Amino acid sequence: MSVMPAMMAAIVRNGFRALRRDRGALILSFVLPVAFFSIFGMIFGGMGRSGTPRVSVLVVDEDRSEVSGRLVRALLQEPSLAASTRPKTKKGGPVPPDYTAAGAETAVKQGDVPAALIIPRGFGAHPIALGPGGERAPIRLLHDSSDPVAAQMVGGILQKVVMTALPDTMAKVGMPYFEKYSGGLTPQQRENIQSALTRAPNAPSQTGPQNGTGFVALEVRDVVGEKKQNSMIAFYAAGIGVMFLLFTASAAGGSLLDEAESGALDRILSARVSMTTLLAGKMAYSALLASAQLTLMFLWAALVFHLDLFPHLPGFIVMTAATAFAVASFGMLLASVSHTRAQQASISTLIILTMSAIGGSMFPRFLMPEAMQKVGLLTFNAWAIDGYTKVFWRDEPVLHLAPQVAVLIGAGMALFLIARRFARRWEYS
Amino acid sequence: MASGMPALPLRLDAVVKRFGALTAVDGISMEVQERACLGLLGPNGAGKSTLIRSIAGRVRLDSGSIRVFGHPAGSPAARAELGWVPQELALYPLLTCRENLEAFGRYQGLRGKALSDGIGWCLEWAALADRAGAQVKTLSGGMRRRLNMAAGLVHRPRIVLLDEPTVGVDPQSRNRIFEMVAELRDQGATVIYTTHYMEEAERLCDTIAIVDHGHVIAQGPQAELVAESFGSRSDVLMRFASTVENAASWAAARGGTLEDGAAHFAVEKPTDIGPLLDAAIGDGLEVIDVVLRRPNLESVFLQLTGRDLRP
Repeated sequence: MSVMPAMMAAIVRNGFRALRRDRGALILSFVLPVAFFSIFGMIFGGMGRSGTPRVSVLVVDEDRSEVSGRLVRALLQEPSLAASTRPKTKKGGPVPPDYTAAGAETAVKQGDVPAALIIPRGFGAHPIALGPGGERAPIRLLHDSSDPVAAQMVGGILQKVVMTALPDTMAKVGMPYFEKYSGGLTPQQRENIQSALTRAPNAPSQTGPQNGTGFVALEVRDVVGEKKQNSMIAFYAAGIGVMFLLFTASAAGGSLLDEAESGALDRILSARVSMTTLLAGKMAYSALLASAQLTLMFLWAALVFHLDLFPHLPGFIVMTAATAFAVASFGMLLASVSHTRAQQASISTLIILTMSAIGGSMFPRFLMPEAMQKVGLLTFNAWAIDGYTKVFWRDEPVLHLAPQVAVLIGAGMALFLIARRFARRWEYS
Repeated sequence: MASGMPALPLRLDAVVKRFGALTAVDGISMEVQERACLGLLGPNGAGKSTLIRSIAGRVRLDSGSIRVFGHPAGSPAARAELGWVPQELALYPLLTCRENLEAFGRYQGLRGKALSDGIGWCLEWAALADRAGAQVKTLSGGMRRRLNMAAGLVHRPRIVLLDEPTVGVDPQSRNRIFEMVAELRDQGATVIYTTHYMEEAERLCDTIAIVDHGHVIAQGPQAELVAESFGSRSDVLMRFASTVENAASWAAARGGTLEDGAAHFAVEKPTDIGPLLDAAIGDGLEVIDVVLRRPNLESVFLQLTGRDLRP
């Protein structure tokens, strides 16, 4: 019994000695958790700043009245909104015209912004009411339900802005209520006033048109997902799919290191196979495997989650081919820069989980702070998810996938060339 | 070449390969004749593996040249003529024997009938025809070794590099590998064979090259090497009872050495053993064992490379 603690101490000591000499295990044990914590801290903590990220919204003033003008100005100044009335001016170019209702709807459909407010003609005549009904012309809130938070926020903030930007209108509208309800102020009248006021500041619901539940009547319309069954499932299929694709490609590339360690690589290269042929072959296998995985993932989504796969087949094929090519070359690069399989496994885990976190595979990028969204564009995940979202959510034509496809293919080619360069160390000793 | 003579299977001219400050191969020149079996021997770190890898075209030489049937080592023509069997089990463990042979055959550019003929020949040669469909990971150590050899020969090369092909196999498999090498030679192949087992080199090779510190320090038929190192002398090995204390000084006084508890003497004639025995008995040493041994390849090897441990 007395030797047991000493034996246990020897086991513990051996464990720490081995860990100290295993860089991969050290990275997985200490660097990865801290890196991950930091990434999610940046996503949810706003990179050191507290507060909710601003919601982008387009504002179209069809009324052009004095009242609507004041509301637009207030919306533009509202700190919790990133509101704009016209596209950004290009450097040195003329100031573009204001958005029309149709232009704003297109911008929401294309995913440029998650929401748009259309202030209709006649709004200035009857802007608000302290109760349901009335002759108010409803403001239209167009939104993309792939961002379920934006519409809620814009609706709520709009009511608040109306209260602060149009105090005189509030008073004018409020007086008849006062006269109507305060004469004599019987208990019943007092109760009526209370009842009317408490009903006033309601946020819009996400689904279906809403009329007269706030100061401003609001008509909410989901301009992207209104005719869809469950196409946002494509977002998740792409997000999760790309993350696992990266792991698969890393493992497939790692076979190169297995072969180097077993001596098979030497034997292959002593035959009539060149390093370029070998790398290209490995990459082709990896890309085909990745394509098969994505196809299975989307077929499953079609069967079980009713994803509209078949009408979107051309876009799916293009995005799958580009994504598979990119992740396969990424796998080759990871293998060629690593010296051992263990090193490659730990580096891959670290990089893939990090890319997946900031690239939107684990958490939608549109809910991240703007800076993090931009950082996410450094990952394959973000470009692939954006492309699949264009195909399945926004119903965009294949040609519109050009930016995503160009980035994925271009980056894939660049990574392959870099991998080929690193692989020179295996060619000759 | 210019005279129209067929090119030698292997010709090395002043081959030098350095790794930083270390010169692994230091100006080796060598010729190997057709159908010969050259045994390449040397202690660990002598430069054998670098030399073998250089011949296989896997090393960029600092200077010198290697030609395989007249083609520069590493060129497509040289690769087609040469089959390299590395020391490691360089196989795909999840593939079957046939699939491994097919893969390495295709890497050599084989297709169609040439490929199927090559696979068939390899399976028969390696006595693995009945295990053709078995995954490598299910094979015994000896079978894996034989498949490892076959995978290097599926394209039927005319010169074969065998790098320690019998490491870790049982005597039965080793014998089978010897038979395979003999069969290769019967079919006209030229063989370069590296090993640490001297009896293998004695049995299989008709020429021996001993490499140390990047140089070939001896080369020729085994009998010539023994004669060069020991002349007609034989080795007498004498063991004493454990009570004998002055064996080392006694042996030294008669021109011998004490190694591993036994006295070693070099004698010109077998009859010289008599006077040594008489002297021991006369000096009161209790002799328990006497052996007269002709020097062999191991004696030559140890004589030339020394008994010090190598890294």
